[in-house]
Amino acid sequence: MKSLRLLVPLALFVVIAVFLYLGLARDPREIPSPLVGKPAPAFTLAQLKAPDQKLSTADMKGQVWLLNVWASWCVSCRVEHPLLVQLAQANVVPVIGLNYKDKVPEGIAWLAQYGDPYKISVVDADGRVGIDWGVYGVPETFVVDKAGVIRHKHIGPVTPEALQNTILPLVRELQKA
Amino acid sequence: MRATALLLVAMFSVGAIAATSDAALDARLKKLDEELRCLVCQNQSLADSNAPLAQDLRREVRSLADAGKSDAQIKEFLVARYGDFVLYKPPVKGSTWLLWFGPFLLLAGGAVVWWSVSRRRARPSRETPGAVDGTAVNAGVERARELLNDPRT
Repeated sequence: MKSLRLLVPLALFVVIAVFLYLGLARDPREIPSPLVGKPAPAFTLAQLKAPDQKLSTADMKGQVWLLNVWASWCVSCRVEHPLLVQLAQANVVPVIGLNYKDKVPEGIAWLAQYGDPYKISVVDADGRVGIDWGVYGVPETFVVDKAGVIRHKHIGPVTPEALQNTILPLVRELQKA
Repeated sequence: MRATALLLVAMFSVGAIAATSDAALDARLKKLDEELRCLVCQNQSLADSNAPLAQDLRREVRSLADAGKSDAQIKEFLVARYGDFVLYKPPVKGSTWLLWFGPFLLLAGGAVVWWSVSRRRARPSRETPGAVDGTAVNAGVERARELLNDPRT
């Protein structure tokens, strides 16, 4: 009984240490999105390269697709960009670009310079659609399933690990469904 | 001349009415913005932050308020997009139960420990040797008297 009581401080220490460790291991910048598992917010926006044509979320129904939020002023978009270009060449899944709070000529010039991995890019000049999608930083990438439900959100530049271990397996699984 | 004066008065009073209702709306929005977190600079409220997203969200909050939405509806709009994180005061629900009531649990636990420790300390103080066994003391006194009265000494 006495020896059990001596273990109490140790047990308390372990509990606190585990909580603190979990707290340290989490990235506070990654805010879990309440939109995962919910229908993707609808938009109908003008296309970046063809301003007289529109793209709507309804047009993407029936296929798995990625929405990548990007901007020419976004430095970390350049980090993930080569990976997106590779992904586009592999032709696994269509990537729609949301050109977020950008100027159209600058967006087009940026794609000309670094390559255009997007099936279509649409223009969200005032960031309204971004707010609907819960975007709070660029880049962000969403996985949307055939029924138009958001299945995953990646915050920050897509890394090769995130693409290989999370995004692509999910895409393949959703494509089979 | 008179008509011009009247027109001027009318213009100014309309301006004044618009200004007071604007001030009330501004105060309401300021209070609301202070309860909402900026997602970019996370330790600042929407009211304090100059991040572009905070400006956009303040504009969004204002346009929702202009559309006649209540504070609760505006918060709901933001929570649906950004989660509870956007609220500085987390709502009471299953996942936040520990956060809200954990401190009280710890307080109650502390009270139990304090109570049991103070009880254990109080008990032995009644058993300290100095204050016990009057008969033994009396026997000692009696023995001393006998020795004093003993003629042999």
